[in-house]
Amino acid sequence: MGNRCAVIGVGQTRYQTRRRDVSLAGLVREAALRALEDAGLTFADIDAVVIGKAPDLFEGVMMPEAYLADALGGAGKPVMRVHTAGSVGGSTALVGASLVQGGVHGRVLVVAFEKQSESNATWALSTHLPFNASLVVGAGGYFAPHIREYMRRSGAPDHIGTLVAVKDRLNALKNPYAHLRIPGISREMVESTPMLWEPIRYLETCPSSDGACAIVLAAEDKVTGTPAWIHGTAMRSEPIMVAGRDVVSPRAGRDCAADVYRQAGVTDPRREIDVAEVYVPFSWYEPMWLENLGFAAEGEGWKLTEAGCTALDGDTPWNASGGVLSSNPIGASGLIRFAEAALQVRGMAGEHQVEGARLALGHAYGGGAQFFAMWIVGSSRP
Amino acid sequence: MREVAVVAFAQTVHTGHDTGLAEPELLLPVIDEVKRATGLKRFGFTCSGSCDYLAGAPFSFVSALDAVGAWPPISESHVEMDGAFALYEAWVRLQHGDIDTALVYGFGKSSMSDIREIMTLQLDPYYLAPLGLDQVSYAALQACAVNADRPALDEIVRRSRADGRANPHALDLPDPSGEEFEVEPLRPYDVAPVTDGAAAVVLAAGDRARELTGRPAWITGIAHRAEPHYLGMRDLSRSVSTAEAGRAAGVGKGPVDVAELHTQFSHEEPILRAALGLSGEVTVNPSGGPLAANPVMATGLIRVGEAARRILDGSAARAVAHATSGPCLQQNLVAVLEGAVLDQSL
Repeated sequence: MGNRCAVIGVGQTRYQTRRRDVSLAGLVREAALRALEDAGLTFADIDAVVIGKAPDLFEGVMMPEAYLADALGGAGKPVMRVHTAGSVGGSTALVGASLVQGGVHGRVLVVAFEKQSESNATWALSTHLPFNASLVVGAGGYFAPHIREYMRRSGAPDHIGTLVAVKDRLNALKNPYAHLRIPGISREMVESTPMLWEPIRYLETCPSSDGACAIVLAAEDKVTGTPAWIHGTAMRSEPIMVAGRDVVSPRAGRDCAADVYRQAGVTDPRREIDVAEVYVPFSWYEPMWLENLGFAAEGEGWKLTEAGCTALDGDTPWNASGGVLSSNPIGASGLIRFAEAALQVRGMAGEHQVEGARLALGHAYGGGAQFFAMWIVGSSRP
Repeated sequence: MREVAVVAFAQTVHTGHDTGLAEPELLLPVIDEVKRATGLKRFGFTCSGSCDYLAGAPFSFVSALDAVGAWPPISESHVEMDGAFALYEAWVRLQHGDIDTALVYGFGKSSMSDIREIMTLQLDPYYLAPLGLDQVSYAALQACAVNADRPALDEIVRRSRADGRANPHALDLPDPSGEEFEVEPLRPYDVAPVTDGAAAVVLAAGDRARELTGRPAWITGIAHRAEPHYLGMRDLSRSVSTAEAGRAAGVGKGPVDVAELHTQFSHEEPILRAALGLSGEVTVNPSGGPLAANPVMATGLIRVGEAARRILDGSAARAVAHATSGPCLQQNLVAVLEGAVLDQSL
């Protein structure tokens, strides 16, 4: 585990389809300055910068950390760039935390971003030729068969995905940074949208967003303001193709959860974790991850969703912020989950605050559901 | 800091052309080699470095994971940087105290792309990249700034290529002669060659390192620093970030026997020597260095591996390794490797 580490600042940009008013540098700097302001610090107080984002093809800038170092006060400091596919926002937070936990630095700025309007994400995700056969279907086309297999195994009724889409978007109405804020969102509205990749409808899918998120991490003796203490961190990866790999409930996800629960002393996640920010880019991933993360027994996840347990006023709220379904600047999406978990235990989540949240889970996944990053943060010292 | 050492290193026989091997196929033999050398099959942490633009397709590191044998699932991360920075991340992770070993690898196939052109894409996309300033051109600006002495540069290339010919992993390149300028004042032989290759390193902490090898290459200092991106905001004749990283890593705390420097252009050697305070006595790039083999994204990691190899085989007592990233040596990492940890507080 190493030394104690806490989140002492969180900064986010408003997530939207296009941020025409800022450059990439302007975008990341906006989030970074807000995180520093939250921590009551300036760039001068930061020892190292860790940058994360998904593939460079998304913006067409190779290794953008070189160019972004200036905007993030990185000159004269160590700057690192993390890339672990969709889980990258979470991994970036963990690399930043590692610098503090390993006793290397006292205060670290972690920034993750994506400015997807600079390119076409589905194209950038589908260009594997000539190395692999490409279905040119983007992420939804890849994950839809996994979802259908989940439905077959669990016997979940067809409307569960719709319920998640409505719930997360209702939560997003309470989050001023959320991209999709759809007044009057309802089951009928979701069900009236086109089927993109059976069984995923248009409004059961995450948007393509521009945005950045930043956090400031500090060692125990450098804490300012209100800390969210890190109680556990874990990463797990598995190959995209291996005999016996279960794409519906990947072992890397289960192992990663088990590791982070062990560190945080959590034995019953549904009872002990007050709020979870979980990477749900397609609505059906809520019931799937409820099972993968041990909040429900196998085949039972959809029942929690249907009973309203994961709603903002439920007994185990998931994605109070509106989640990835409401805002998806891919490289930042994982860090937003981690940051929102921290905001909850700091009691600073505004209108979407879960009352009395003391322990929160941040989760991210990526690749072909093969890369996982998680942390558990709490209002008290571990 | 916890004692951490390089205990194994392997690299491919690098080639100047595409051999038809996919990236996982390049990696498999070197990962197998370090597993065999250490007897380890599983590692506490795994971290890699690569760059999607070399392949022109996203997620290079995803297929590379197939070569690791990540089943059951492993604790793993990736930096879109040279593998030397992945080694830094792994070193940091080992400082926590809960794991004892880490696997680090880096790989790149620059034969599939025009490295000179794609490096332009790492420049500020709004103000610099549209100028069309390519990698050799901006390196030439730095060569002008350092006012490099032509016979001295020729000697650096001659020495590097001769050492490279003696290194079974490096390319077989002739002595430099009779080439016109590529971009004045750089000639084609002043530029590191197009190379495909991969490398892997195993790190181990404390007693675990002593169990795995008779003479671990202890990392007694490691640090990196960035500088402003804009070439006009730096004195290109010096490398302030290398000097800072070198100080933080403790290069000056003892005599240096050998230094492996990430010199992608011949004129970078005098800049880096000066930044690290290396006297003329210090042997630089006895492996031939990047001027004799430059598998982009593995080249920096190979510098750490080559420096460690000389500690592991007892031919050096104290070695320095350097890796760089960004245009004109924008970001620099420096590691000091020693055969014996003299200062127990380290």
